[in-house]
Amino acid sequence: MITIFINDKPYKVEAEQTIMQAADKLGFHIPRLCYHPKLSIEGACRVCIVEVVGMRNYVASCAYPVSEGMKIYTNTEEIRRARRDIVELILDNHPEDCHTCERDGNCELQRLAFAMGIRKRHFEGEKKHYEKDLSSASVIRDPNKCILCGRCVRICSEIQKVNALGYAHRGFKTVVMPAYNMPFKDSVCTTCGQCINVCPTSAFIEKNFTQELFQKLGDKSLIKVAQIAPSVRAAIGEAFALEPGRQLEKELTAALRKLGFDYVFDTQFSADLTIMEEASEFLERFQGKGRLPMITSCSSAWMKCLEQFYPDLIDNVSTCKSPMSMASALVKSYFAKKINADPKKILSVACMCCTAKKYEALRPELMVDGMQATDIVVTTRELAWMIKSAGIDLLHIKGEEFDHPLGYSSGAGTIFGVTGGVMEAAIRTAYELYTGETLLDIEIQDIRGLKGVKEGKLVIDGKEIRIAVAHGLGNANEILNTIRKDPQRYHFVEIMGCPGGCIGGGGQPYAGSNSLPLDEECLKKRAEALYGLDRNKTIRRSHENPDVQRLYKEFLGRPLSAMSHKLLHTHYSPKQPPGIIPAELSAK
Amino acid sequence: MIAEDDKRIVELRTFMQEAKTKDHPDSQLISILHKAQELYGYLSQEAMTEVAKEMNIPTAHIWGVATFYHYFNLKPKGKHSISVCLGTACYVKGAEEILNSIREELNIDFGQTSSDNLFTLQEARCLGACGLAPVIMIDDKIYGSLTPKKALEIIKSYKK
Repeated sequence: MITIFINDKPYKVEAEQTIMQAADKLGFHIPRLCYHPKLSIEGACRVCIVEVVGMRNYVASCAYPVSEGMKIYTNTEEIRRARRDIVELILDNHPEDCHTCERDGNCELQRLAFAMGIRKRHFEGEKKHYEKDLSSASVIRDPNKCILCGRCVRICSEIQKVNALGYAHRGFKTVVMPAYNMPFKDSVCTTCGQCINVCPTSAFIEKNFTQELFQKLGDKSLIKVAQIAPSVRAAIGEAFALEPGRQLEKELTAALRKLGFDYVFDTQFSADLTIMEEASEFLERFQGKGRLPMITSCSSAWMKCLEQFYPDLIDNVSTCKSPMSMASALVKSYFAKKINADPKKILSVACMCCTAKKYEALRPELMVDGMQATDIVVTTRELAWMIKSAGIDLLHIKGEEFDHPLGYSSGAGTIFGVTGGVMEAAIRTAYELYTGETLLDIEIQDIRGLKGVKEGKLVIDGKEIRIAVAHGLGNANEILNTIRKDPQRYHFVEIMGCPGGCIGGGGQPYAGSNSLPLDEECLKKRAEALYGLDRNKTIRRSHENPDVQRLYKEFLGRPLSAMSHKLLHTHYSPKQPPGIIPAELSAK
Repeated sequence: MIAEDDKRIVELRTFMQEAKTKDHPDSQLISILHKAQELYGYLSQEAMTEVAKEMNIPTAHIWGVATFYHYFNLKPKGKHSISVCLGTACYVKGAEEILNSIREELNIDFGQTSSDNLFTLQEARCLGACGLAPVIMIDDKIYGSLTPKKALEIIKSYKK
């Protein structure tokens, strides 16, 4: 322990930490912008400057270490003025269009400017003018809004290891862009949307479908069908200023009906279905028919990542479509038949925690009878906005139940939203399908939690099955390279593209004024919301879902049948976007 | 596309192999890009992708380095480079008119290359030939006491 002085008061603190870290623990929140605890230190924005006695210049507290006897001032008149000038200079090259901006009221720069006491603008200089990149199916890049904090560049390279973004040019002309300034859609971007989550402004936002959806909801000739992903219910409350961790399943169902949907289904139903297909596929492979380890295929960002960076592992990946695409395929076939409707008259809308699902919906491989199965994907954020905009009181609405036949789910379908959940759900079913006995201890702790790579073992009928789980594409990279070197190491692997799994998806509510994107405490609470729903269900195994059983009896036959293959399975092929780098990815 | 039997790609690859044996191969990036530019005259996307693959450095990062330094050309250069002196003496003697006539004739601006790939236009700030102002330099030859008409005649002579 060493002694430092902050604003003339002595404090005992640990050595080997930065001024900001020490100050945080002591209750001094030094203003900051480019800093993020999960990312490397950039020191780019200079907002977190403090005065250190004896130093000629102010130092960036995010990067400067404490030392014995150090005298630090965080809030003198001069520091306040310097900080305010820095933020003003950032604002000076930022569009003055807050009231029409997607992030109005939810922007870190706006909050910071307010906190710095900027009430009048002193500088007036040149502003940058660039075209927005609207090419991607999921993520819009608007360099005009960018303040060059570099969080997007760092999350893309350090956490996701995709390296789609870099700084190009220099000085005033610096722009964050993909290699060769190519359109986003042609780049290696996996559309995971984590850049949106960490962006303090709206330099990255999702492609917004709210207006189009409002318009279609008013079209009386259409049959409007919605589905909700597990993680949406676990997080949407945060967009309504609730503390993380409160699930709003029934309220959301009611709200979607009030928005104008004729049927509200649950992606958790098709998650159960995914498990029936995926567990059966795993057991086939385990018995020698197909390549092991088998890798899950639910995450759309992972699908794109696989095709670009790991084409050699395509045969390892399950052919199962994602739950969203399974549900949509059934909506336009099984369900259309049930209600005797022309599938072309059905509008199939997916409410997802994910930006990559917008990309997935457009994958030509997922067409059903020449139709796009999922017509529109909206993120949790877009949905929250629509509910507010339509004047629906989500928090005080009377809860309602999902519609049949695609609305009932087991607890296994619920936990799909959390890292490790798909694996846990698959094991609950695979065990019983293989042994004929019921697995009693169904909560598999080894693969729960937020550790980047989790491993576990279980014994089915005397045979050991080695499993592994990774969330975030950077952690996935670790497991996938292990598989390349040692294909025998695992039998079954779950990969989710986003940190925390779908609960940490690129379409989830922005962090509030007291939290940070990627905050583990928040992710844990969202996870607990889903685990709680699972615990409260009587049916917690996918194969016991009566509606799934009925679907097989009436329509599909059995798992992996010809009909299942037509509607519920897909395929992948290698893709080589220009500017790709292969094999061993390294963070830059 | 880069032809596999191209001597230049063989040389670039050899250069990179050597770079990889050094302590911090990543830090050799700038010298590798210099080498690529020396071989091809500019940095094509194909060349940068080649460097990315061989050195295992993300292309977004290479693009960042290539666009940061003015020295790197991202477009092929013309057969001849025309430098128009905009130094004080030339400027006073009418360099701007000369520049405008060249711009119009070749339909290019500074840093750009004419569509027939013959000329790349550059700006110079004094070529040390103020007595001959206004001057232009084509490749390493200086032409002085110009009028717009004379300048265009000289350029025409390079088209043959």
